[in-house]
Amino acid sequence: MARTAVRGRLTWQTATVASVTRETTSVVTIELDPPHWPGHRAGQHLDVRLTAEDGYTAEREYSIASAPSEPVIITVERLEDGEVSPYLTEELRPGDLLELRGPVGGYFVWEPADGGPLMLLAGGSGIVPLRSILRHRLRAGSGVPTRLLYSSRRWEDVIYRDELGQDHDGVQVGYTLTRGQPAGWTGHTGRIDSALLAEVAWPAEANPLAYICGPTSFVETAAAALVDLGYPPERVKTERFGGTGGTDGRSGR
Amino acid sequence: MDAVDGNAIGGMLIEVFGTEMTAARSTCETCGASRPVAELVVFRQAPGTVVRCRTCGSVLMVLVRRMDVISVDLSGLADLSPP
Amino acid sequence: MSPVSRGFRRLQRDSAGQDSRLPPGQHLTEGFPVLSAGPTPHTPLEKWTFSITQGGQTRQSWTWQEFQALPAETITADIHCVTRWSKLGTQWRGVSVGTLLGKAEHDAPYVMAFCDGGYTTNLPIEDITGGRAWVAFSYGGDPLEAEHGGPARLLVPHLYFWKSAKWVRGLDLRDTDEPGFWESYGYHIYGDPWREQRYAGD
Repeated sequence: MARTAVRGRLTWQTATVASVTRETTSVVTIELDPPHWPGHRAGQHLDVRLTAEDGYTAEREYSIASAPSEPVIITVERLEDGEVSPYLTEELRPGDLLELRGPVGGYFVWEPADGGPLMLLAGGSGIVPLRSILRHRLRAGSGVPTRLLYSSRRWEDVIYRDELGQDHDGVQVGYTLTRGQPAGWTGHTGRIDSALLAEVAWPAEANPLAYICGPTSFVETAAAALVDLGYPPERVKTERFGGTGGTDGRSGR
Repeated sequence: MDAVDGNAIGGMLIEVFGTEMTAARSTCETCGASRPVAELVVFRQAPGTVVRCRTCGSVLMVLVRRMDVISVDLSGLADLSPP
Repeated sequence: MSPVSRGFRRLQRDSAGQDSRLPPGQHLTEGFPVLSAGPTPHTPLEKWTFSITQGGQTRQSWTWQEFQALPAETITADIHCVTRWSKLGTQWRGVSVGTLLGKAEHDAPYVMAFCDGGYTTNLPIEDITGGRAWVAFSYGGDPLEAEHGGPARLLVPHLYFWKSAKWVRGLDLRDTDEPGFWESYGYHIYGDPWREQRYAGD
């Protein structure tokens, strides 16, 4: 059993796509059925590899959206001019095969024993690993006080809208919409900055543990702002997804 | 295209080192700054993957994949140790 | 054996009829991918200089204004990146390296191009003279964008594009062919796309 687990962690395996669910016009959630999954931690990601008929390959990383006790689920955003994300969000069907490797990550992970209070900052698809953390917290029966501030372009772009809208003890969810707001919007507007975080983030004296995920520029602004508010850098964990300009990911081998 | 961070190359680092490395502690040979590998600046839109110190910008690691082999140069690191 | 991903194709496409202009292993791209080993530098033009150096001495140097006053050419070139994308018929404006080197009397057989941000690449003198290389400041009729190497980059289209160093600030004349940045991390010392010289030993 242990040998199988190690092999799954270090090598590529072929999973079957169990389901593909549309979340927004540009985002889908994919449930996968890998043959040798060793289990994962909240916050980890997996690597996906596509192979074309001519042997061309492309690899990308996707955060795992599900809690450790749940099936392997990723959520993928279609990037304009992307090479892999358009395939995963528009072509992939249940029954297809998908090569993956993982789980990967030992830094951007959370266990109930890590405590809190938790300050979660999501930019766009950066919500994915934070959703894994929230689901893990709930399933583990952890009462750690948690605040999530989720920055998105418009309300239609908010992923997991219904789920995040559910009331859970000890979890406060706030949104900031940067490009447009529905009529009657009472949430925040504009990009996350020092002023918004000064208002919304746990004060530094609470000794919070922060997880920030999203586009690189979003993460850098938010992380700098939290450190300015007095958060020790070692209690601000970051995961950068890159920029939105140009083609996505690496060129293939 | 913006840089990413060490989280993104976690899988590649497992290939190279045989174990999870994003939580490992790196120390820059040039300026002495120490931080988890996950927090290093990663440029991978290139002929290879270049990992730089977030404090001084020096090159810490360069990984080049050639077919099924990854060559790794760590000469910019003073130290790389378990978390 | 990796399974084929049903319905997946590469972004870059071959184009029948232009095949003979593509070196082995290359594919056409529609965009202009941005590849970089480091952050984009932003040297203000009033601080920018281009220099020919040798043995620690500056042999020749131009400010941006002086550089702009040099005779410039329009270049149409096919470019080939070692990461396998190619673009045909790209349009540039630049000053030929021969014009820049011509002023400095020398017999150095090699140069090391040096750049803002610390990037370097090595080249034989005969590959950057005789109309084979330029310091380019315009692409597609517009000033060269910073992410593509602006204000000026080296342009050496007959070699893999990592030799066309972005943010170039000068050429250091050398007696020996020392490996520059990518060359010292395993890429080919010369880099001829037609002989598919991607890696050392190819």
